[in-house]
Amino acid sequence: MTDVNSNPLREEIQKAIQENPVILFMKGTPEQPACGFSARTVAILQSLGKPFAAVNVLPDPRIRQELSELSNWPTIPQLFVDGELVGGCDIVTEMYQSGELQEALGLEGGASEPEPREVAPDQAAPLSIENRL
Amino acid sequence: MDTSPATLDVVTATPENATATPQELKERIESAIPGARAEVSGDGHHFNAVVSAPAFAGLSRLAQHRLVYGVFGSEVGGRIHALSIQTTPSE
Repeated sequence: MTDVNSNPLREEIQKAIQENPVILFMKGTPEQPACGFSARTVAILQSLGKPFAAVNVLPDPRIRQELSELSNWPTIPQLFVDGELVGGCDIVTEMYQSGELQEALGLEGGASEPEPREVAPDQAAPLSIENRL
Repeated sequence: MDTSPATLDVVTATPENATATPQELKERIESAIPGARAEVSGDGHHFNAVVSAPAFAGLSRLAQHRLVYGVFGSEVGGRIHALSIQTTPSE
């Protein structure tokens, strides 16, 4: 019996979102962002010193398509914290400026300890996730 | 043979390749979101919209931005390459 709802890529995206407390879907990589909005979002996260996972959506257009259907959000980048969409570049910027982002990331008061997460990338996986500080 | 009168579904189509203008985006946001006021700037591909609307009251930022993105559907990322949004609830 075939499951018509079976969608390996979408499931993998969901898994990545669930397994990484802070994950950014972006154009390019944290080292080489391919878009100004992704670059700005990376810069904000890096300035906070919070480890985050990053997924480049550019290698396969289906990643972006599935992600946007999943998140009901049309643009890239998309930042997820604790499995929830926080927003794109505009919202991340506003929240950073107001201090809400630091709060959402558990950085308020600086008492939280960083918890770097190792993600073992599946060789066959179309999603390549990178952990970057 | 079916002789019942056909119903015409007339829509105003925006050509895929037509360049979007800030004025177009402003008008569409203001007509789609009741009471909205929008200031839009942009170069035909990348736009910035500052929108205030009573409908934003009580909504999260995420939901406010979704309302604005929703005006343009799949055009965002296509014909409208990028759309930055700042929203504020208005009286």
